[in-house]
Amino acid sequence: MTHVDGNVLAGTLSEIFEQDMTTAAGECAGCGHTAELAVALVYLSGAGTVVRCSTCGDVLFTIIDVDGHPRINLSGVALLRMP
Amino acid sequence: MGRWKSGRVVSTREETPSGRSIVLDVPGWGGNIAGQHVDVRLTAEDGYTATRSYSIASADGSDRIELAVDRLPDGEVSPFLVDVLAVGDELEVRGPLGGWFVWKPEQTEPVQLIAGGSGIVPIVAMIRAHAAAGSRARFELLYSVRTPSDVFFASELEGLTTTYGRTTVYTREVPTGWPVLPGRVTREVLAEHTIPASERPSVFVCGPTGFVEAIADWLVELGHDPARVKTERFGGT
Repeated sequence: MTHVDGNVLAGTLSEIFEQDMTTAAGECAGCGHTAELAVALVYLSGAGTVVRCSTCGDVLFTIIDVDGHPRINLSGVALLRMP
Repeated sequence: MGRWKSGRVVSTREETPSGRSIVLDVPGWGGNIAGQHVDVRLTAEDGYTATRSYSIASADGSDRIELAVDRLPDGEVSPFLVDVLAVGDELEVRGPLGGWFVWKPEQTEPVQLIAGGSGIVPIVAMIRAHAAAGSRARFELLYSVRTPSDVFFASELEGLTTTYGRTTVYTREVPTGWPVLPGRVTREVLAEHTIPASERPSVFVCGPTGFVEAIADWLVELGHDPARVKTERFGGT
């Protein structure tokens, strides 16, 4: 499955955070690299969305849809700095 | 931003054998920055929904937005948008979205634009915004496209060449009398036809994932600061 990048998450994340999150900086809990969410690698599928660190490939967060609302597991993000 | 709005199709225009532009009137849109995108949501009669992101080719302060969509053969949404959607139809849209892959007229540094196929769409928004603002920032475009008939916004891109520089690379078929054979963008083409790293340009790369990743790697090898290279991948081949 090919990936896209974090730009594509702007709409979905705005449902949760009520602002643009593609310029937010996330620190990977795996390797410690910090980057804008726009550059993260995004794997879209019917089952949900997996977002991986562009440096080490570890999972940063996952998004699944529950009854029309996004539910997000942020366990791979050590620190999220809002734009 | 996160709320769905209703957009009505004002006009459509064939751009290429597989793509067309679609102008939507979206009350309450309120304008967008060049490079931003919009989410489009389709709902079937049984309630099934499909949402896709599309770059916006327009960049002004109005409630009208122009999309350009390429039909993906196995796509769920793009065949509908390219082949079925008609003037007067309504679509659910969300946006404007994204604050990272954007160019604003107050930016004065040189800008290198690199587009693969329909990756030209957000780049066209930047070229339009640059021309509309009368910006004096140096703008250069490297556009990789399969054949001459696959060029989106061909006449407009041609007409605006007084405001930006352009190199086109044809990968499958070249125009009559073209001096070189068809071929892909290579590291050498990139080095020869783009603004050098020493001039510290902002670089925007948009296209299929494989294209974007090859270009971005070469740009870094050629000395560009990765922080100045912004990419937008849309999957595909």
